[in-house]
Amino acid sequence: MAAYIVRRLLAAIPVLFGLTIIVFLIMAMIPGDPATAILGSYATPENVAKLNRDLGLDKTLFEQYVIWIGNLFQGDLGRSYTLNRPVLDEVLERFSATLILAGTSLVLCSIFGLLAGIVSAVRQYGWADKAITLLVLIGISTPSFWLGLILILIFAVNLRLFPASGMYAIYGGGDLPDLIHHLTLPALTLSVVATGVIARLTRTAMLEVLRQDYIRTARAKGLSERKVIYKHAFKSALVGVVPVIGIQAGFVIGGAVYIETVFQWPGIGSMLVTAISTRDLLLVQGGVLVVAAAYVLFNLFADVVQTLLDPRLR
Amino acid sequence: MTDTAHTTEVKPRRTSARPGTLALLLNNSLATGGLFVLVAICLIALAAPLLPLANPDVTAPANRLLPVFSDGHLMGTDHLGRDLLSRLIWGTRVSLAVGLSATFIAAFFGSLLGLVAGYAGGRVDTVIMRGIDMVMAFPYILLALAIVAVLGPGLLNALYAIALVNIPFFARNIRGITLGLSRREFVDAARLSGKSPAQILFIEILPNVLPVIVITMSTTVGWMILETAGLSFLGLGAQPPQADLGSMLGEGRKILFTAPHVSVIPGLMIFALVMSINLFGDGVRDVLDPRLRAGSLTRPVARTAVERGDAPVPPPSGKGVLDVRDMRTEFEIGGSVYKAVGGVDLNLAEGECLGIVGESGSGKSVTAMSIMGLVPTPPGRIAGGAAYLDGEDLFAVSDRHIRKLRGGAVAYVFQDPLSTLHPLFTVGDQLKEAIGTHQPLSSAEVKKRAIELLSLVRIPSPKERLAAYPHELSGGMRQRVCIAMALANDAKVLIADEPTTALDVTVQSQILTLMNGLRRDRNAAILFITHDFGVVSAICDRVAVMYAGRIVETGRTDEVLASPQHPYTAKLIECVPVLGEPERRLDAIEGRPPVVNNLPDGCAFADRCPRARPECRSGDIALVMSSEERGVRCLYPLNTEGTA
Repeated sequence: MAAYIVRRLLAAIPVLFGLTIIVFLIMAMIPGDPATAILGSYATPENVAKLNRDLGLDKTLFEQYVIWIGNLFQGDLGRSYTLNRPVLDEVLERFSATLILAGTSLVLCSIFGLLAGIVSAVRQYGWADKAITLLVLIGISTPSFWLGLILILIFAVNLRLFPASGMYAIYGGGDLPDLIHHLTLPALTLSVVATGVIARLTRTAMLEVLRQDYIRTARAKGLSERKVIYKHAFKSALVGVVPVIGIQAGFVIGGAVYIETVFQWPGIGSMLVTAISTRDLLLVQGGVLVVAAAYVLFNLFADVVQTLLDPRLR
Repeated sequence: MTDTAHTTEVKPRRTSARPGTLALLLNNSLATGGLFVLVAICLIALAAPLLPLANPDVTAPANRLLPVFSDGHLMGTDHLGRDLLSRLIWGTRVSLAVGLSATFIAAFFGSLLGLVAGYAGGRVDTVIMRGIDMVMAFPYILLALAIVAVLGPGLLNALYAIALVNIPFFARNIRGITLGLSRREFVDAARLSGKSPAQILFIEILPNVLPVIVITMSTTVGWMILETAGLSFLGLGAQPPQADLGSMLGEGRKILFTAPHVSVIPGLMIFALVMSINLFGDGVRDVLDPRLRAGSLTRPVARTAVERGDAPVPPPSGKGVLDVRDMRTEFEIGGSVYKAVGGVDLNLAEGECLGIVGESGSGKSVTAMSIMGLVPTPPGRIAGGAAYLDGEDLFAVSDRHIRKLRGGAVAYVFQDPLSTLHPLFTVGDQLKEAIGTHQPLSSAEVKKRAIELLSLVRIPSPKERLAAYPHELSGGMRQRVCIAMALANDAKVLIADEPTTALDVTVQSQILTLMNGLRRDRNAAILFITHDFGVVSAICDRVAVMYAGRIVETGRTDEVLASPQHPYTAKLIECVPVLGEPERRLDAIEGRPPVVNNLPDGCAFADRCPRARPECRSGDIALVMSSEERGVRCLYPLNTEGTA
């Protein structure tokens, strides 16, 4: 098992390298002259040339990449010109806030999605199944950014149960209950779509598993229906659902871009939106790279969990 | 979890039945509703220039933020006094156009990549798919954001970004299908006839792939509308004065607290649009999905439904531990009823081995499964008769009691030990579970018992094998584990459903010897299901031959083997090769067994029987017992001199 994890980690290295190449190339393909973009259209040619030299833009693409990745290994992602601080500092600070939000959502959608999927499969064609199927369909059809606004209207403005925005109260906050208070609405909103997707897949996976011969064997042994479903069938279904949860992590992190904007959560998503509007491309680059790397590592984690569940994969 | 199996007293529950016409209709009506809404939205959006709408871009500061149902402004106005209804319809037009364009672009390039990768294979395939994998290694929306960051905010750039990040979905789906198709005969034929790869790809393969492309489009178009709206919402898509639903929502958000309707309305429109697309797409998929049509995604309940109707339940005959009386099991599939077991009588005494022999489809396995309610419902049900275990009607006892008997008094060994053992649990865990379910032992005692059982079925180094997973054992070893599991609780009756069929011949004889020995040591009764008379002669005291769901001949094994009376039995015996008689003809029986949903009158075997006469094809032919144990269901039996 340990050997497998090491192998899997090693296999992730080329993927991570590929990510750096893609991120670097996307930024290198920016139309127009970055120096002019930074200095404005009234800059003198000398100033543009100097900035180009300072930025290393007079070198070949390959040289630029080597320098860039070298700096990357030293933890240097450049300096954000709008914030005037190192990109890495800003990105890591923002990323921790996103992790709290997206992580909570991922836990929520896994729990609710799996439960709803199991109930739906076990009560197939019953009213619970129909209700869940309809809710799932509504959930995956609802724009999350709009749902966030509606929840703010209901729970923050009308009922005054939860704060409308931010991560901590401005005065007297900062502890865990305060965080949870602020986290509830955005985390719920963010988890809706992924819950629907996971519920759907769990339902299908359970229905497929419940037809298997080894489920008949479990019943022939005299096991209670609870054990048949929650131990024998669920474990098999989980093997198929875990990678989907891994993929959903990507959608949840992506969806965080909307939710962080709606709830003014100080995460990497809202940072990216601002950075794109202000054309702070180094900040965009750093943000995209860190999030993509985290996503690769998370999928790796999902693979390992899947392998732990299924001995045939080892 | 309550069991949904029911006895005769309980009204049959219909909720867990297979999707009937009604359910399909309901699904369809949802889909139809979705289609209706979608078409309505599209028509209104298309007709926008013709409708008597206010100009969506004309500002009127005097009329700003009018509520819904205001005079002249059905949906009110926004912060610049623009008519919301008009903006909504024009915005929908933009959102629809952008979403559809993105879908078509993604479908075109994605399918092209998939077709080329799948058809070319080799290095081309590897390069393309590695690239696709790299793109998919990014969180979906993040990549779109990065692209917008580079191209700059704008509706067209958002469209390109969303299309680009959706290309992998198409490429992957289409590559898979193309890969399968490019190995098919008609593609080989086209290649041999000298057509160029491009011709083959676009003339031969593309038409076959088109449905998959369309289905993938229908599942992604909703997403793409949502995502482009999302980018506009963030201010990265449509730029003022141009407006789509997303950017309307984004502008409305700034005045959420004072005029919620400005953001609520466009959001509802996005929801209605995406929901109607998803409803329609799901409905179409459900109708097309072969698994749903065949009912193979229908959940079987814990116990076979018993619907014996008003007919009196036959009383026990009083013979043997297991006493099956006129048992009938049916399957209801696609509106027609298959009578898999059509009235079977069996009895099994202590220490006795009864063989049930027949071709596949003769109902022998269903007979075995019916006894303990293991036939999947839906679609199966016990339609009549009874099975008595020590005088107790197994079809009438409670669910709790049947669970106690399953694996306790009555244990099963199934055909393919690879699929009947749970692949994710060690054999030790599965064995211990079988013991622990029926015996109140400590975990140390359970483990000790498990090791005993494994050595009883002659598995070498049993202690170490407890930690093995089924896939780590050979087929013979796996079947031994299954037998050990069946023996875990000293079963009175062992039901073995083709336990040796999946094994090779030497292992087969080892397993037979093992079962025979265990039967003698423990005085357990065995019901042995097989299609092989060779196996029957090795282990069974008595034999019952089944055909089309009924017993056609029964008797002591040696007698039946020596002088079969039913022509079908005779044919089956002829199928067994005998060592040292190479000249013996191995006749497969001509023709096929009848389908049991529409059995002919008279003898079911008549169509394949060389001795059939007209009277064989009418009425019901009874099983005539010539002695206590010997009987045949034939008007003109063979070899009757000795026994009559």
